[in-house]
Amino acid sequence: MNDFSYTQAATAKEATDLRKATPAGAYIAGGTTLLDLMKAHLAEHPQLVDINQLPLKGIEQTKDGLRIGALETMSDVGEHPLVVQQYPAVSQALLLAASPQLRNMASLGGNILQRTRCGYFRDAAFPCNKRVPGSGCPALDGDHHNLAILGVSDSCIANSYPGDLSVALTAFDAVLTLEKAKGKQRQVPLTEFYLLPGNTLQRETVLEPGELIVAITIPAATHAQRSTYLKVRERSSYAYALASAAVGLDVQGGTIRAARVALGGVGAQPWRSREAERVLTGQPATEATFRAAAAAALQGARPREHNRYKVELAQNTLVRALQQVAG
Amino acid sequence: MSSDLFPNADTPPLADNSRRSFLKQSGGILGLALAPPLASQAERLTAYSKVIQGATDITLRVNSQAHTVRVEPRVTLLDTLRERLDLTGTKKGCDHGQCGACTVHINGKRTLSCLTLAVMQQGKEITTIEGLAKGDELHPMQAAFIKHDGLQCGYCTPGQIMSGVACVQEGHATTDAQCREWMSGNLCRCGAYPNILAAVREVASQSSKG
Ligand SMILES: Cc1cc2nc3c(=O)[nH]c(=O)nc-3n(C[C@H](O)[C@H](O)[C@H](O)COP(=O)(O)OP(=O)(O)OC[C@H]3O[C@@H](n4cnc5c(N)ncnc54)[C@H](O)[C@@H]3O)c2cc1C
Ligand code: SF4
Ligand code: FES
Ligand code: FES
Repeated sequence: MNDFSYTQAATAKEATDLRKATPAGAYIAGGTTLLDLMKAHLAEHPQLVDINQLPLKGIEQTKDGLRIGALETMSDVGEHPLVVQQYPAVSQALLLAASPQLRNMASLGGNILQRTRCGYFRDAAFPCNKRVPGSGCPALDGDHHNLAILGVSDSCIANSYPGDLSVALTAFDAVLTLEKAKGKQRQVPLTEFYLLPGNTLQRETVLEPGELIVAITIPAATHAQRSTYLKVRERSSYAYALASAAVGLDVQGGTIRAARVALGGVGAQPWRSREAERVLTGQPATEATFRAAAAAALQGARPREHNRYKVELAQNTLVRALQQVAG
Repeated sequence: MSSDLFPNADTPPLADNSRRSFLKQSGGILGLALAPPLASQAERLTAYSKVIQGATDITLRVNSQAHTVRVEPRVTLLDTLRERLDLTGTKKGCDHGQCGACTVHINGKRTLSCLTLAVMQQGKEITTIEGLAKGDELHPMQAAFIKHDGLQCGYCTPGQIMSGVACVQEGHATTDAQCREWMSGNLCRCGAYPNILAAVREVASQSSKG
């Protein structure tokens, strides 16, 4: 790791002030993404601002839904009774991620900002458009078996967010509260937070430099209560998803009143599929409907040689998840 | 001691936690980015923030004992335990959060010491494998690992034991399947998994009876 100065910020204002003063610095919460990247020299910062003393905690019911402080850990949120009961998919996405030790350390804010696990991005011996703009993308014709098939570009096919939580948050219309400076807060829906690989590969989210994630709010809904997160991976635990699905259904008298669908592991970013939701809504909760929804969700897929299998895998994952919640 | 990891360990402090060092390291950038009056802005910041730069004395509470060590902010808790406090029971497997060999307890929770900085853990209660036994009396988890032969080369074992103790305390070792899932953050290259499972499950069943 490069040498850096370290400051424990006491308030959000102090934290944002410090980052404004040293734009190349970074916040550190659990450190499980940041230190991993800094050790590999994939990130270098002259200053780390420790935000763990900030009052960004708490899990509480509000009129807009369940509000979760950005510094709450994956363990605490994943096992919180309100989350388990009202948003099973969110709880499962958290508890199927990483390992118990990592989940004890990792904050929700940090989870949302984790980086791609593309092997070339993580190995400085290789070129990588995301790491070094314009240097090329060895994944296109190299090992891309774990990379994305939806929302990809000709310059990058990585799943920029490889994790689980944001897939569930994207499905259930969660909203982030961001703070750039004291009194300067804004709300951004998860569905608008991540950016697809365009001309600026380095810019993966709409978060501005020095802006803090303060909280995550998930609206209450029947389809969120009747939800699940299904994760398929190369081993049964402690691995990233090859494909995953966060789904929720509101079924009345056998008919789907409302549906939420998001896919993980296959999109350049957490992949909300409104196409699948449209196919499901108003239809009988049967396997035929689920198959049609899965086909719609993967319609725009652009697989390559080594991740072609993901088209079928993602469809089957989605169908099975829908069958689970339909009961 | 001077090594690659601690190049500044013997040199005089580059900075202390005072306002002066804060101004020295970031004054220039502050000057560009913040509106005047500059000095009062920086002064107010340092009034409550603690800036650490370069090798600095910090105090860690490890196994119920306070230790003062001189480390740079970039030194992990794992390297501090092993290289500075001679607590080499905690192992470095991958140094990237992928194997669990470096598992310790921080305020009672199992944590990876390779992915946290020593400076971040001041004021916390850190427990390592060396802190489990009471004198010559092994912790039940240690005894169970011996009884069930829960190891071959032994490299992953301290991490497995620290994780196992937490797993039982959390109530995540009530069935074989649950225990496997909640122990999955600890890899064993020798594949001693069945015996590790037997050891953790035995301690879990003892503690639920007791
Ligand atoms: C071996 C391994 C396996 C993993 N497996 C999975 C998995 O299966 N599924 C999964 O979802 N994740 C997985 N992860 C990723 C893990 O969940 C993240 O590393 C973790 O959630 C990051 O949280 P943190 O608090 O440690 O973030 P940090 O490392 O502290 O921060 C990460 C980034 O976010 C920024 N940041 C943090 N908090 C805020 C905030 N409040 N506001 C603004 N910026 C902020 C930091 O500046 C940094 O850039 C895995 C990680 C490892 C190491
Ligand atoms: S897929 Fe993206 S992250 Fe991976 S090598 Fe190509 S440009 Fe880099
Ligand atoms: S050394 Fe920390 S997880 Fe491998
Ligand atoms: S006993 Fe050798 S790695 Fe587990």
